[in-house]
Amino acid sequence: MTILVLTLIIFFGSMLAGFLGSLTGLGGGILIIPMLSLVFGIDIRYAIGASIVAVIATSSGAASAYVKEGITNIRLGMFLEIATTVGAFAGAFIAAYAPTNFIAILFGSILIFSAIFSFQKKNPHFQNRPGSKLATLLKLNSNYPDNKGNIITYSVYNIVGGFFMMIVAGVLSGLLGIGSGAFKVLAMDNVMRIPFKVSTTTSNFMIGVTAAASAVVYFQRGYIDPSLCFPVTLGVLTGATIGSRVLTKAEAQWLRIVFAIVITILAVEMIYNGAKHRF
Amino acid sequence: MALSTGSNNIMKKEKKYWQDKDVELALGKLLRWGVVLSSIVVLTGGIIYLSRNAGSLPHYHSFRGLLLPFHDLSDIFKGIAEGNGRAIIQSGIILLIATPVARVLFSIIGFIKEQDWLYVLIASIVLAIIITSMLLGIKA
Repeated sequence: MTILVLTLIIFFGSMLAGFLGSLTGLGGGILIIPMLSLVFGIDIRYAIGASIVAVIATSSGAASAYVKEGITNIRLGMFLEIATTVGAFAGAFIAAYAPTNFIAILFGSILIFSAIFSFQKKNPHFQNRPGSKLATLLKLNSNYPDNKGNIITYSVYNIVGGFFMMIVAGVLSGLLGIGSGAFKVLAMDNVMRIPFKVSTTTSNFMIGVTAAASAVVYFQRGYIDPSLCFPVTLGVLTGATIGSRVLTKAEAQWLRIVFAIVITILAVEMIYNGAKHRF
Repeated sequence: MALSTGSNNIMKKEKKYWQDKDVELALGKLLRWGVVLSSIVVLTGGIIYLSRNAGSLPHYHSFRGLLLPFHDLSDIFKGIAEGNGRAIIQSGIILLIATPVARVLFSIIGFIKEQDWLYVLIASIVLAIIITSMLLGIKA
């Protein structure tokens, strides 16, 4: 296969990954890495490098829209970025010494977790007790406009627990080259009890900075190959942009089911190949 | 000016709100333009790269890492001057990585304007971590 043909195929594959990633809210990275490494036989380190660059592009693109709508909690995002960037740096550092087969197996496990996560019920939180003292001190309690234009005020709980979970999210992001949005949302939604809409947009806001902290390490380690990043980044960005346009119309349950099945198959294959030392 | 203290307070509050809104709008714009600009650079470099290497065979199966060129700035600048497609893509990627970092820098300025010193400190810590990550990456 020549470079021209491969570049075109990778571009369209990445577009599909970006599209599905944006529809399901799991991001493009989670599909890009298995696609590049399993389908095209590309070294997983190049796949991780290309993915992290694509992750920065999509999260920055989407954040620009969310920030404008005033849903993103910028202070909360900034504060938790301390945790995610430290984690990401540590993760990217470990990645250089961890065997690629171990990374493949870990990646597979995270894929399975993400498949389960995509079915998580979005229950509204009942905020029957005041937010934690630390939340007041850090000015994290805030408000956001809902669909009808009402201003909803919310408090933030369990800052310390959320902060530690964000360190884990950062390590996974740096180690695997993904945005690890699912973990960030889990930390904010389940642990800190922040409204789901605020959790998802704030998570997305943080992903770019988190990924940048590990991308600077990857860049200097030679993980970022320009000729591969070119179709991957532009493809994922195009797909995610199309995905965000149709997002409101397509909240179909069947899409989630298909997606969960696809990820589970990919996960099993990553774990199997990792265990057989094929990476 | 003959304003009562009451209306003065409201004015102040409104002004604070708009400053917040301004910062949010500016942050949004910065992110969008960072992505657009770097995409254009990556696309330009990609087209040049493809026009010269379309028929050759890819190498992604084995990891060569730093054996390939364009992993530091002086190398990339030299490559751009020679019109090398891979070097141009690489500069677009650097712009892209710099976009969220610029967002942090910009937030610091925003928080200074709001005189929110706690968050000036928090945002500065985030920036310091990224810079540390960058510097330690060079040594490794």
